[in-house]
Amino acid sequence: MTRFPYLATAVAVVSAAFFLVPLAATINFSLRMKRGEITLDAYRWLFRDDTFVSVLGFSAAASLAAIVLGAVLVVPTAYWVRLKLPAMRPVTEFLSLMPLIIPPVVLVFGYVRIYGTSSVLPLTMSEAGTNLLLVIGYTVLSLPYMYRAVDNGMAAIDITTLTEAAESLGASRLRTIATVIFPNVRSAIVSGAFLTFSISLGEFVITSLLNRPAFGPYLVQMGQDYAYQPAALAIMAFAFTWACMALMDFFATRKPGQGILPFIRRKTA
Amino acid sequence: MSFLHLDGITKTFGTTTVVKGFDFSVGQGEFVSFLGPSGCGKTTVLRMIAGFETATSGRIRVDGEDVTALPANKRRIGMVFQAYALFPNMTVRENVAFGLRIAGLPAREVEHRVDDMLALIKLDHLGDRYPYQMSGGQQQRVALARALAPRPKLLLLDEPLSALDAKIRVALRDDIRTIQRELGITTVFVTHDQEEALSISDRVVVMYEGRADQIGTPAEIYNHPETRFVAGFVGHLNTFEAAKADDAHVAFAGRRLPTHRPLSGLQSGAPVTVALRPEALALQRRSDTDVPISGRVLDVSFLGSVIRAKVEVQGRPVSFDMFNQAGAVMPPVGQTTDLWFSGSDLLVLPE
Repeated sequence: MTRFPYLATAVAVVSAAFFLVPLAATINFSLRMKRGEITLDAYRWLFRDDTFVSVLGFSAAASLAAIVLGAVLVVPTAYWVRLKLPAMRPVTEFLSLMPLIIPPVVLVFGYVRIYGTSSVLPLTMSEAGTNLLLVIGYTVLSLPYMYRAVDNGMAAIDITTLTEAAESLGASRLRTIATVIFPNVRSAIVSGAFLTFSISLGEFVITSLLNRPAFGPYLVQMGQDYAYQPAALAIMAFAFTWACMALMDFFATRKPGQGILPFIRRKTA
Repeated sequence: MSFLHLDGITKTFGTTTVVKGFDFSVGQGEFVSFLGPSGCGKTTVLRMIAGFETATSGRIRVDGEDVTALPANKRRIGMVFQAYALFPNMTVRENVAFGLRIAGLPAREVEHRVDDMLALIKLDHLGDRYPYQMSGGQQQRVALARALAPRPKLLLLDEPLSALDAKIRVALRDDIRTIQRELGITTVFVTHDQEEALSISDRVVVMYEGRADQIGTPAEIYNHPETRFVAGFVGHLNTFEAAKADDAHVAFAGRRLPTHRPLSGLQSGAPVTVALRPEALALQRRSDTDVPISGRVLDVSFLGSVIRAKVEVQGRPVSFDMFNQAGAVMPPVGQTTDLWFSGSDLLVLPE
């Protein structure tokens, strides 16, 4: 018979309160737009705001582009390093962690300097060029998470032996990647994609210094101009991130042959 | 007529040479095992045949065609791996059909062939399962069917049984041999398990430090080891000190015993190492020509079908086996007993 763990419970309660009390307070505050009543007016106000819809659309598009760029960059790299250059793994791992070490403000300052007006490649001079820089910036910021997710996905299956098995059956490299490797790391790519999405969507530093009409700067601007709406925005951003986490968990634990819901079996020929 | 021919294969990784000038031929339909301790180069040779490693020097020919420079996916060589390596995203049927689809066979033919292969491995009822829904033994059967489906010229098995339970290992081993005989496919099997190699093969290649130490039938390898390494690695061996009597005889246990290995290089009276298998020794005299050696019983262990005892002879422990038959009695530990052997079982080891 063990004693009730008072100390552990107390620590857990205090820690939980540390996270939950501000969250509850923010939710409460976001519902107080009208004096004396609980109302969703702050949320309604946001959805009626054209700027909100347009920045959300812009950020979502930029985030999706960052996901595609990240996946195209990371999947073949991680595959090739695991298959042919295992000695290079510490190097690629270190490189993938660089974005966590270099502050985004340094990164974007470098971009502006290198791709500015006097550059041979003046990307910041055009709207499309700046957007491209923004997507590249998002990709770099999410690189540690994308790389880790994909690399872990590849560690879970025996890349080398599967590749060899496919080759001994006559498959070309490209066909091996398309029919064997990619389907088996799809869930890893998807979870990397959700992380990329949630990082990029609320990103402020790079977006603001490149002067893009995106969600992060909008959130900050709202915080300066309004009282209740930023609280509502923060709650929505929270909910969105949690939804991303839930989706990630769902895709990461799904087994092949399971349908969207576990009880619907995929039909096989 | 050799079907697979290896000609002076050498493989170097950095500064270490893993395979040293390996020459070997396998006949059509033959089942050959590469046996050796880990690091002896057996898997490297197999991977060079498959095309996963390129030989530093030497040539590989399959069915008359030089495949040395051919990439793995053009060689038409089936391979089964220790870790099964089934594609986790595909069902059993899709796995078996993979090579056929790549070969561009029409869908109906693919279906027929898959049905045939699943019947061959007796898993026709599990075609719609995914690899993670099956046991290791079942997965390895599917891997075998997948490798055989595109009718490869050669089947390579890289320690396919090592990850399985003892009982399944024996059952699958027998099945592999039966299927191989049925299809008549030339097969190379790599293992570190001597019992596996001896029981399944037409011929065994015992490899040591990148070379073939001895190539022969299982009986030749076991009964007449040609090198000290083979003698020590394959089966258990008790060694004794003896002396040369003349070119055809050794002096051991107070007798002159004939040897099948000529001792012409040695002076008379020079020390010679002789060896006896545990099963060559017995407590009873089985024939008039049997020779006794005496020793003190150190230990008796019961292994089920066999009882193995350790007896101290000439100051060193000697193992001997007897079948667990009715009335089998072991001398008590500490007692002195006579062990009998036939002179023809005595192995004279090369120096």
